[in-house]
Amino acid sequence: MDYLSPVSVEEATTMLSQTPDARVFAGATDVIPQLRAGRPEPQALVDLKGIERLMALSQSDGSWTIGAAVPTVRLTESAELRAEFPGLVEAVGLIGSDQIQSRCSLGGNLCNASPAADSVPAMIVNGMRAVVASGSGTRTVPVADIVTGPGSTSLAQGEFVVEFELDRPPANTGDAYLRMTPRTEMDIAIVGASARLTLDDGVCTAATIALGAVAPTAVRVPDAEAALVGRPIDDEALAAVAAAASEACNPIDDKRGTIAYRRQVAGVLARRAVATAAERASGRETGEHRDGASQ
Amino acid sequence: MTVTEETTTSGPGYKWVGTRPIRPDGLDKVTGKARFGADLALPGMLEGAVLRSPHAHARIVSIDTRAAAAMPGVKAIVTGADFPDPAELGGRPDEEMVAANIIARDKVLYEGHVVAAVAATSRKQAQRAAAAIEVEYQPLEHVLTVDEAMADDAPLLHPDLKTRGMDPAPEEPSNIASRISHERGDLDKGFAEADLVVERTFTTKPVHQGYIEPHAAVADAGENGRATIWCSSQGHFAMRTMTATVLGWEPSKLKVIPAEIGGGFGGKTVIYLEPLAVALSAKSGRPVRLVMDRDEVFRASGPTSGTKIRVKVGVTNDGQLTAAEAWMAYEAGAYPGSPVGAGGMTILAPYDIPNFSVEGFDVVVNKPKVAAYRAPGAPMAAFALESVLDELAAGIGMDPVELRLRNAAVEGTQASYGPKFPRIGFVETLEAIRDHDHYRAPLGPNQGRGVASGFWFNAGMNSSATVHVNEDGTMTVVVGTPDIGGSRASMGLMAAEEMGIDVAKIQSIVADTETVGFNDVTGGSRVTLATGAAVVEACRSIKADLRARAAKTWDCDIEEVEWVDGQAQHAGGGETPLSLQALARKSGRTGGPISATASLNARGVGAAFSTQVCDVEVDPETGEVTILRFTTAQDAGTAIHPSYVEGQMQGGVVQGIGWALNEEYIHDRDGRMENPGFLDYRIPVASDLPMIDTVVVEVPNPAHPYGVRGVGEVGIVPPLAAVANAIAAATGCRLVDLPMSPPRVLAAITGKADG
Amino acid sequence: MTRTHITCTINGDEVEFLCDQDETLLDALRDEVGLTGVKEGCGTGDCGACSVLLDGRVTCACLVFAPEVDGTTMVTVEGLAEAGQLHPLQQCFLEGAALQCGVCTPGFLVAAKALLDRNPDPTETEVRYALAGNLCRCTGYDKIIRAVLDAAADMQTATNGGSTAATTA
Repeated sequence: MDYLSPVSVEEATTMLSQTPDARVFAGATDVIPQLRAGRPEPQALVDLKGIERLMALSQSDGSWTIGAAVPTVRLTESAELRAEFPGLVEAVGLIGSDQIQSRCSLGGNLCNASPAADSVPAMIVNGMRAVVASGSGTRTVPVADIVTGPGSTSLAQGEFVVEFELDRPPANTGDAYLRMTPRTEMDIAIVGASARLTLDDGVCTAATIALGAVAPTAVRVPDAEAALVGRPIDDEALAAVAAAASEACNPIDDKRGTIAYRRQVAGVLARRAVATAAERASGRETGEHRDGASQ
Repeated sequence: MTVTEETTTSGPGYKWVGTRPIRPDGLDKVTGKARFGADLALPGMLEGAVLRSPHAHARIVSIDTRAAAAMPGVKAIVTGADFPDPAELGGRPDEEMVAANIIARDKVLYEGHVVAAVAATSRKQAQRAAAAIEVEYQPLEHVLTVDEAMADDAPLLHPDLKTRGMDPAPEEPSNIASRISHERGDLDKGFAEADLVVERTFTTKPVHQGYIEPHAAVADAGENGRATIWCSSQGHFAMRTMTATVLGWEPSKLKVIPAEIGGGFGGKTVIYLEPLAVALSAKSGRPVRLVMDRDEVFRASGPTSGTKIRVKVGVTNDGQLTAAEAWMAYEAGAYPGSPVGAGGMTILAPYDIPNFSVEGFDVVVNKPKVAAYRAPGAPMAAFALESVLDELAAGIGMDPVELRLRNAAVEGTQASYGPKFPRIGFVETLEAIRDHDHYRAPLGPNQGRGVASGFWFNAGMNSSATVHVNEDGTMTVVVGTPDIGGSRASMGLMAAEEMGIDVAKIQSIVADTETVGFNDVTGGSRVTLATGAAVVEACRSIKADLRARAAKTWDCDIEEVEWVDGQAQHAGGGETPLSLQALARKSGRTGGPISATASLNARGVGAAFSTQVCDVEVDPETGEVTILRFTTAQDAGTAIHPSYVEGQMQGGVVQGIGWALNEEYIHDRDGRMENPGFLDYRIPVASDLPMIDTVVVEVPNPAHPYGVRGVGEVGIVPPLAAVANAIAAATGCRLVDLPMSPPRVLAAITGKADG
Repeated sequence: MTRTHITCTINGDEVEFLCDQDETLLDALRDEVGLTGVKEGCGTGDCGACSVLLDGRVTCACLVFAPEVDGTTMVTVEGLAEAGQLHPLQQCFLEGAALQCGVCTPGFLVAAKALLDRNPDPTETEVRYALAGNLCRCTGYDKIIRAVLDAAADMQTATNGGSTAATTA
């Protein structure tokens, strides 16, 4: 395998067009274990971290731009990003240990296309968009449309994600991400649940809910969202969220969890995530996290 | 959070025993200098790779190495045909099994069974060549559990295997290698006397020792029919013996040099790579290094048995245990040798029960051959018994520690496995927990507290040690038992105490098979006891020698010379005392170098007991179990270096917590392991745990010069049941299948709500 | 395959080595540079035994391709002690018996240094989560966590001229 390190998007797209059997990577935290486990070796490994745009993190009045290869530790260290998207930052912070956080990226976590990727439900509820580059320029795609199944994406040969766009949230908006793992750290989600709510005087005006690890891809839960909009976040609404989330699951039995367990816990976590998001939207949330990462 | 650490004051006026000096090997280990198994590189060294079976059970039809051998850089390939036929080794059946486990010949018996090994100029090339070896397999039906293996129509792993320990002996072969049994009293009468009888069936999955350092070996075979092996193991003499057996060599042709060992827990008392490395080195004429990947460690080394255990116990309303019956089946892996014997001997050992029957079976299945794991066989047995005791205590409305106290074995009790106990400290561990703050601390909603106890024999076996007095008055203690948890520090402390000199003046080292006398493995919690006794004995010889030299110097009778505070003193006080340093300096004029060796078969092993209390919180909606607080009380006899005693206690507890909650081998239907890595084989991480509070109980072992019992193993015996009992207290659900992972716990809670 | 020439700074020294293009940093550090204090426990980023500081960030060397480190600065366990003076973490690990077999110790020390570099006064919980990527099978973590808290207190005391009490329990 050749190691290639382009310094511009154009150079990378050229390399990829010249080497069809190339694999792009950012942190390599998935690529190396996969190669070690016997996945076929590509002809070349293309390191995207040398491209400035993929390593940039910036905010403007209206939105954030997050380079696809930015190591997630830079996101969890950003007090501004955490203040606006605590749930997104929580999700990102759960992708592996501190050692992994130094290397892993949103682009990698998305394009590895694991159904259990922690950041993906959180990106989806926040309406994030991926800017995708190829030899013919760039296109902008909702994150929700990138992953098509376990290990597969809608990206064409030679395409890669350059950066993500994230609109700054309206007032009285909060998000949250919860996952179930047998261990507190170093684990893969059996269920992940993300919610984002906007409240107006206690009444929900907008809601997005997404689940991870319970279907071939992360899934939105429109029925749960519909059960919230136009209502206060009370026990009845939360029960409806839980029921809809369990219903939205299309899980498998595997070494990490059973179908029944995933269904049941998806409802629990969706309900809890909505409750936390609602607290944050109403400004009642304490901001404490168990890993003490929110300095 | 409470972070108490309690240590009862050590021994009768010891100066060094019971103190906490920095361990002699510590500096090298915090600076990265310590050399572990994979850290050695020799000039001209080749790297090896191993080809392993992808099948759980298959006949090897053919092996074609020609394409692999023709690849650039490939220097040697070995297959089963390069080793003596195990059946013709002329050894004992268990030696044949060791040999067959090292490399398959006609059949592979588990996924990961070695088929061939390659040495090449780089590891990557060796791996490529291994992959290029063409093996034709004829897959056979396999069995993965004791239920499958014991079924009447089960496919057989070994066509000639007939159950030992049956009367009459069976005529037909089966997958049951042996049966063990213990009985006493009248079982029917005992159960008739009981007011409450509880019977339950428990299962546990195979779990791995999980040492962080994968197995590694470097071998350099010379032209003279000899070879040197560097490897990390729990016993380089045992590595030498076993490797020689598999190779068909005389043991003395092999020299084994111990590397630092990165954890063993029993799993490094056996060989895997050593004979392959020697054979590849002999064939290529160059040194060869073999290192396992983590997935090879999981698929082909360790683990300990999965088990199925049925226990029935009766108790009177005033808390007297009247009868106990246990049926135990342990997976051996592909070759006989599960620790069911120890399981059967330990299951009832802590208690004085008048009527009992224990029956156990050693069952072969198509999984890796099990290896020892910390108190082998005992934790699963204690999980079953201590869970039932918890239920009995609740059933008669008695405090669970009180129930245990009323039935605890004491000095003079005839142990369930035969002998009468000498002085033991079980009651003291129960009292330590009963009287601990933890036992009375309030609990919140969804929280529960569980207690459990455990027993382990400890071992003695053979040790040799040599002690030298250096010319500057310092001492070198040379032992042959690898140090896996600070034993060099303990040896230094006992030598310092014996000699009356500062522990800083003693250097303890672990020497190779040609530098020190024979030693059995570091296992059975025996090193501080047995090697320690050898060190003490050698020191006493040195003291006698030093007194004789002082007597010579002073021209007096040796009886007039005493050894006090590190120096020879004349009883009459008429001479200026001679320090060790002074005597060392003039040793050339008083009889030559000062050195002594002691070799012994350690007697007077002191049994170990532990009692533990655990608080958990269970999330009733997800089944997630959080360990809130854990306290362990263990009888150490005497804590030579209390920090490392506590460390053994804490490490054992946490391995037990992992076993209880999340660790398990998961196999697919084809018998392939699905979780051969630390991501999905979930050993506890730091954020899963609280501090592990320790109470070091010291009831000295009267048979050891410093009262040592051995502390390495018993700590892992109680946690499985302690956690299960705590979960039962928190949820009202009795979990009988390990691991108690969130899906299992939630299913139990949901089932209870539905039922 | 053509080997790649790498120039980097390791433990304060400029180091050059040749590596294969698909070699991991772990293999390069051990086999090409000779820094065998960096251990392989899993090769998949799950145990932390190969932790190094790569441009100040704690990283598993097994999850880095060696060619990536050209021009970078690294610290391994071999570089923690300066001029023969142990780092407070090393001293506290020794004094607190925070190691048994010692094979995970290099990774823990490096990860703990990364923690204290960014958070000099962590809570027990913060230490536990920061070190969750480092597996230890011997100690049950108890004495490791205490040693890191002790080192933090010692370093605070040194920084504050002895004004902070060095207590952790």
